[in-house]
Amino acid sequence: MSSIAAAFRMEYPGFSLDVDLNLPARGVTALFGHSGSGKTTVLRCFAGLNRAPRGRLVVEGQVWQDEAQGIFLPTHARPLGLVFQEASLFPHLSVRKNLEYGMKRAGNKRGEGFDACVDLLGIRPLLDRAPERLSGGERQRVAIARALLTRPRLLLMDEPLAALDLKRKLEILPYLEKLHDELDIPVLYVSHAPDEVARLADHLVLMDGGRVVASGPLMETLARADLPPAFADDAGVVLEAVVAAHEADGLTRLDFPGGHLYVSRREEPPGRRLRCRIHARDVSIALAAHADSSILNVLPATVQAVVATDTPGHVLVQLALPQGAVLLARITERSRLALGLAPGQPVVAQVKAVALLA
Amino acid sequence: MLTDTDLQAIGLTLRLAGVTTLILLLIGTPVAWWLARSQSWWKGPVGAVVALPLVLPPSVLGFYLLLAMGPHGPVGQLTQSLGLGTLPFTFWGLVVASVFYSFPFMVQPLQNAFEAIGDRPLEVAATLRASPLDTFFSVVLPLARPGFLTAGILTFAHTVGEFGVVLMIGGNIPGVTRVASVQIYDHVEAMEYGDAHRLAAVMLIFSFAVLLALYAWRPNARK
Repeated sequence: MSSIAAAFRMEYPGFSLDVDLNLPARGVTALFGHSGSGKTTVLRCFAGLNRAPRGRLVVEGQVWQDEAQGIFLPTHARPLGLVFQEASLFPHLSVRKNLEYGMKRAGNKRGEGFDACVDLLGIRPLLDRAPERLSGGERQRVAIARALLTRPRLLLMDEPLAALDLKRKLEILPYLEKLHDELDIPVLYVSHAPDEVARLADHLVLMDGGRVVASGPLMETLARADLPPAFADDAGVVLEAVVAAHEADGLTRLDFPGGHLYVSRREEPPGRRLRCRIHARDVSIALAAHADSSILNVLPATVQAVVATDTPGHVLVQLALPQGAVLLARITERSRLALGLAPGQPVVAQVKAVALLA
Repeated sequence: MLTDTDLQAIGLTLRLAGVTTLILLLIGTPVAWWLARSQSWWKGPVGAVVALPLVLPPSVLGFYLLLAMGPHGPVGQLTQSLGLGTLPFTFWGLVVASVFYSFPFMVQPLQNAFEAIGDRPLEVAATLRASPLDTFFSVVLPLARPGFLTAGILTFAHTVGEFGVVLMIGGNIPGVTRVASVQIYDHVEAMEYGDAHRLAAVMLIFSFAVLLALYAWRPNARK
């Protein structure tokens, strides 16, 4: 059952937004698209910071906006948390006062959950500091804690990592993953970084030109071959794998339904679940397994579909693995013709690289 | 040494500037907020009217105020019907005139300070359940504090320095409307150059000290 129903229609000169979304009440929904796709505008409509002249938003039975009936809850009356792209802490308040600002106004006067939240985000040593004396990553962690302490029914995040350098990103991602595991409220996460989405999201909404072009569970949606060509260059699937064994020659074996993959030695103990992302451009196709190839990860598969991409001469091939897993491979049209690839044909997928996301 | 009438004039000047600054803080803040936030068509004309005293000769402003507050003017009719008499040549007449005269010195620094805050802190406060009024007091006022200090000091100092409007509206009544600038004028008229020198020096030092405080302190406030 979808618990968040949203429909926004608005026109600007040169841009129109027309979305109709049903989102699950739990888990992280990523709103993914290139800049100018309207994803941030959608998020601002959820927050009530923008008002779509024709809009309707119902969150778990609570009507936040229904223009047909003239209902529009102002932002401060909506039980939501919003984490902005750049540090948005109040500079005139200490970290502790920043955290208390929303907490008190949301009716959480006794500070319920304060300690747990502060520890979850690892900001206890920062409480008495001024925001200007924090690093970018620390500021974002405080901003996330501040939003959570209002006990929102919906958490909105507008590219919370986009303004951080890679080192800070890697510092904050584990905290976001912890949130993902421990929060029981829905999160709407706007991003244009495929890796963040692959790592954090459960549900994916793809936007292009102010329209929703695909919406569904993350892995299913990423494996679709019928997405608009604009997304094909970045195409790739996400597999949920389990650390199976650390082998003597320095490799770690990951098992997933339908096969296994070898990757460089991992720190995680056997049994730990990991998400890995396999780029379409890192998958090549052969008609039979070769014993004389250096490629380690070779998976038997069946061609399901072949579609054109934005890049001339390249096609995207959707491959079905046993037990329902799907891979995408990006190959040249010439190779496709040479191999005579067509739907239904058994082939071998050669995976040149696996990006591990946790 | 300063004479008793000099001291009386200085006291009156400080009282006038203080009352004017307080009133302008109350009136100027919402006007500046509106000018900083509004996207209305009226923003241009209102902004121009607010800035008028910067370019208008004080005698022109004083002339119109005198007509308006006089026994036949609209303001004069109102004050008379309220049993207050007419305002010209009274202390409160001077206050009204000073409020008009110093208006831009309060509004413009505040408007700049409000504009510099931008939308983001207001949006953040809204997502943390703060109503617009709450946001104004808990976020805007603290963030605009340097702007309030600048505006307050400029308004106070500018009111201390007014002359033309005072002559038109207040005349030259000792203890009622004879402020320091008018007192100096009197001394010079009476060829009391020694007295004029002393009072003028006090004004010079005062003005310099105020501006020094303002400019020396400003870079820190910007941080």
